[in-house]
Amino acid sequence: MSPETANLEEITERAAPGRGVVEPVPPVNAEGEQLLEVSMGPHHPSTHGVFRMNVVLEGEQVVRLKPVFGYLHRNHEKIAENAAYLAAIPYTDRLDYLCSMTNNWGYALAVEKLAGIGVPERAEYIRVIVGELTRLQNHAALIGFLMQDMGMSGTPLMYAFREREKILDLFESLSGARMMCNYMRFGGVRVDTSAEWLRQTRDLVGEFPRFLDEFESLLMGNEIIMGRAQGVGVLSPELAVSAGVSGPMLRASGVNYDVRKVDGYGVYDRFSFRVPLGDHGDVYDRYMMRVLEMRESVKILEQALRDIPAGPIMDPKARLRGLRPKAGEAYGRIESPKGELGFYLISDGTGNPYRYRVRSPSLINLTILEDMCLGRSVADVVVILGSVDIVLGEVDR
Amino acid sequence: MLGIGIMKGLVETARNFFGSYTSKQRLTTVQFPDERLLQPEATRVFPFLVYDTDDWEKGLRCVACKICEVECPPRCISITKSADKKPDYSGIYSGKPQFYPEKFDIDVSVCMSCQICVEVCPFEAIKMDNAFELSTDDRFGGLLWQKERLAKPNSYYQAIHPTDAAESDAALAEKKAKAEAKPAAAAKPAPEKAGAATER
Repeated sequence: MSPETANLEEITERAAPGRGVVEPVPPVNAEGEQLLEVSMGPHHPSTHGVFRMNVVLEGEQVVRLKPVFGYLHRNHEKIAENAAYLAAIPYTDRLDYLCSMTNNWGYALAVEKLAGIGVPERAEYIRVIVGELTRLQNHAALIGFLMQDMGMSGTPLMYAFREREKILDLFESLSGARMMCNYMRFGGVRVDTSAEWLRQTRDLVGEFPRFLDEFESLLMGNEIIMGRAQGVGVLSPELAVSAGVSGPMLRASGVNYDVRKVDGYGVYDRFSFRVPLGDHGDVYDRYMMRVLEMRESVKILEQALRDIPAGPIMDPKARLRGLRPKAGEAYGRIESPKGELGFYLISDGTGNPYRYRVRSPSLINLTILEDMCLGRSVADVVVILGSVDIVLGEVDR
Repeated sequence: MLGIGIMKGLVETARNFFGSYTSKQRLTTVQFPDERLLQPEATRVFPFLVYDTDDWEKGLRCVACKICEVECPPRCISITKSADKKPDYSGIYSGKPQFYPEKFDIDVSVCMSCQICVEVCPFEAIKMDNAFELSTDDRFGGLLWQKERLAKPNSYYQAIHPTDAAESDAALAEKKAKAEAKPAAAAKPAPEKAGAATER
């Protein structure tokens, strides 16, 4: 029988013999009343990209929520496995497209572990500087988006983007691109920072607390935000740990875990900074984590800009082309603005990785979305999703 | 009292609104395209091929070694190597005849502006352009750039990236001086060609 004339029974018989056609069962509650099933997304403005949620509602309340993703799947891991080690760096920019610098860093760290390449002192400091600038701009943008999800019609978002713009300008004059920086290399960074660039960065870091104060007087104590965020989407520390949640979301639940502290990768053990912790694990705590982390990032930046040494920016042993690490495996992880970003590489001694795997924080933080949303209304689902801080480029890869 | 937080926020927006009339810090937008911000020197968009002298066909630095074709992450470069060699017109290969690209195509609809071709090129032949208003109504031919369109003089490169161009010119001059000193001392073939052959 040709495919054109095959009907549903025949197609099912071919796919799963003997199973028969399964009619979709409409969701019902305990009393047998039919519930409303809503497909939110993939083009809903609150989903931060192409992400879909199948929400089952009883009245206003969410009784089931199924996240559906994969709309932005780009085969990143297999592309990287079929290309040289160098060629994967520009692709990592496109994972979490708000924070390309930290993505580069995570991958460079994994390759450096795999191939045994060192990083000069100055390059480590430059990495910390651009990494923390990335954290500032990501958190500023995230708060803006979260406020827009709450219905604050764009004012906080515009203020946040105004600041983010300045950081992107710095990235552009350093690396040549605003978002797809492609800046780090195994064994260092690509171009050195000029004295002028460092001066501009110092100016920006000196100015940034003023923006944070302004942001605070704009949002802090706002009764609408408190009403929308406090007690909404509570995540217990036990559930957060067992689900593998990381980053500001985990710390909002009160778990003291920051890869910068526990791993001390790069030169993070030289800076004094605190890890802010939340109490309740609700949306408000998650929002506050970002505000407090920006303050800590400013502290780290001040120290790094003060202490940055002179010297080379590339390890002399590092090679751009034809990198062939010995057979083995390595896992490089960093504290990206969204959580623990890890790259797992297996080398079989050839010029491209045998296995390349990304542990993306957005995807893993998203797995507990249903647990946070049960019993809340659809309007709360939007806010809870906003507080998770996802970027679909990283969720789907 | 309920509403104090909201009032505080409104004061902040009012300060930003009225401040935008007096402070440049609060009014950050420009009226594009009438007003334009200066691009930073490092800005990169799509690659171009550098040529010396005033004849783009003869002076093209590219020797069709295909390194960029292999290393390009999205594989958007396509090169056909010539059968014959052309004379060293621009004088950067110490007078030795070189292969040249018979075809050098870049599909800019695939290119992701990562600059890896520039980094791996040992001949300073491919560089990044900063022209960005490149829309076309021909989505096939208009986005596949042949070497005629890609070729730009070295003076253009010096104009858009002065610092990088100075470095690149210095590197070429050093290479040339080395190549000229070598055969004079030991009468051996120039080392850069041997290097290019092994790297291929």
